[in-house]
Amino acid sequence: MSKQLLKGNHAIALAAIKAGVDAYFGYPITPQNEVPEYLSKLLPEHGKAFVQAESEIAAINMVYGAAGCGKRAMTSSSSVGIALKQEGISYLCGSELPCLIVSVMRAGPGLGGIQPSQADYYQATRGGGNGDYHVIVFAPESIQEMINLVKEGFDIADIYRNPVMILADGLIGQMMEAVDIDAPYNKRDVPPKDFGTTGLKNHVGRRNNINSLYLDAASLEVHNRDLEAKYQRVKDNETKYEMIQTDDAEIVIVAYGSVARIARSAIESLRKLGIKIGMIRPISLWPFPYKAFDELKPSVKRILVSEMSLGQMLDDVKIGVKGRWPIAFYGRTGGMVPDPEEIHNAVINYERWTVK
Amino acid sequence: MIKYEKTKGLTDKLTHYCPGCTHGIIHKVVGEVLEELNLMDTAIGVASVGCSVFSYEYFNCDMQQAPHGRACATATGIKRVMPDNPVFTYQGDGDLASIGIAETIHAANRGENITVIFVNNAIYGMTGGQMAPTTLPGQKTTTSQSGRNPALQGNPILISEIFSQIKGAAYVERVMMTSPQNYRKVKAAVKKAFTYQMEKRGFTIVEILSTCPVNWGMEPIDAMKWVESDMVKYFPLGVYKDVAK
Repeated sequence: MSKQLLKGNHAIALAAIKAGVDAYFGYPITPQNEVPEYLSKLLPEHGKAFVQAESEIAAINMVYGAAGCGKRAMTSSSSVGIALKQEGISYLCGSELPCLIVSVMRAGPGLGGIQPSQADYYQATRGGGNGDYHVIVFAPESIQEMINLVKEGFDIADIYRNPVMILADGLIGQMMEAVDIDAPYNKRDVPPKDFGTTGLKNHVGRRNNINSLYLDAASLEVHNRDLEAKYQRVKDNETKYEMIQTDDAEIVIVAYGSVARIARSAIESLRKLGIKIGMIRPISLWPFPYKAFDELKPSVKRILVSEMSLGQMLDDVKIGVKGRWPIAFYGRTGGMVPDPEEIHNAVINYERWTVK
Repeated sequence: MIKYEKTKGLTDKLTHYCPGCTHGIIHKVVGEVLEELNLMDTAIGVASVGCSVFSYEYFNCDMQQAPHGRACATATGIKRVMPDNPVFTYQGDGDLASIGIAETIHAANRGENITVIFVNNAIYGMTGGQMAPTTLPGQKTTTSQSGRNPALQGNPILISEIFSQIKGAAYVERVMMTSPQNYRKVKAAVKKAFTYQMEKRGFTIVEILSTCPVNWGMEPIDAMKWVESDMVKYFPLGVYKDVAK
């Protein structure tokens, strides 16, 4: 147990090595370039594969190939690049292949900007690929939590044979914190990967096919129902969230990632004023912790959602709130990061930000 | 006594290919090569999107089905974690020469030790006969109904010629599947490609001119004649690159 000062993107790379990643495939994009840069050095030193692909599209399909061999494979990118990976992500889900995808969000739409953002909540949790699929999405608020989620994320991907996405933002990717790369995490038992295309000699009597094509509609419906049942198990077992000072709270902030971190400071300053305020911090964005709202105490009078977007997680909060409390939304966009005072003031001037 | 036996390199699954299509014979060539080089137990194939999408049901080895055009990227991912296993893709002209040309060129440029079986029949078969990047000038398709007009739709793209310029490519040959004699040439080319791969010489690609009688609107025999009379004019046969020479 020793702490070291690590940049977020470097921590992702190191955590992946610690998790036993076999192969990384990626394409440069700001603000996550330290991930491939670091891994381009580390992975060959560990006898593992690193390829700088010709595009994000190629990278995700390299992940598909390596994951299809039963190996631990990952890619990382940012908003615009994740958009290009959507086709491959749908195929990975359809073919039930595990992998880790890191998305270090920057501002959009289009080429947008390179400053931190959370405007890819929809992209991560709803996705742009085709078909009935889900990606399991975790959003860390600190570098230590990101390290632990990278490691557990590989396990969860293997358990469910589904891509897991670590949804960070430019702030977490670029900042440095004192972390313990070997800190205990929720290590899981993972099943053997007997589905891998490793050659017939390794699984005599059975050809392994990695495939998502079912031209017979009835068969595809059965496959999709199987996926649905799997996604239900994910919802039952992998929903992660933190309730922060909600026991006596009259106002509850809902925020994830960097904004949750910033909101903690606002909660501190508001509590000093005698305002009873707490926070629901979703850690899994898919599955979204709707049940956290059912755990709120009768003291709750109102909800404030804060995101670095025009309001995307807001939709899930509305689903969780079920009309029980009024909701206000305070967001910054375009790469602007709210400071604690802004969130503090948004709570004080609640009515101004009420969602109609 | 010599008797004919179906290669063990293919499964017993009946293929879905149209009558007169040469995909079946090309499958057989690949299956025979896998068997004769004793690669069936270790080979990992990548099926593409198009008529050959179901090749994952026909080749008697482990297979992955890649998204449209991405076969060489998927094959790269496989080969980098399974460097000692033979890895091949089986792709048509739409998949390789149109949507997947970037993935294919860069796999070659990295010198990925994979073998690409490139079936060029100058048309999109699976989707019903649309223009391919390899469609000949004047050739009528459902999206070039007056015949491909080079002024508007470009000329047939010359994959073997392009790949012969790439340093990472170890073997590039164009053959045609039109006769028993040419069948042997196709097989020799495929065998050489796999042999070079196992010798870790680099990227190997065999472009096979083939027929699509249904979408060309021809009898199978006329289709084969058309390959020999018209297609080869635009796509000259031969070895375009051989690192051993």
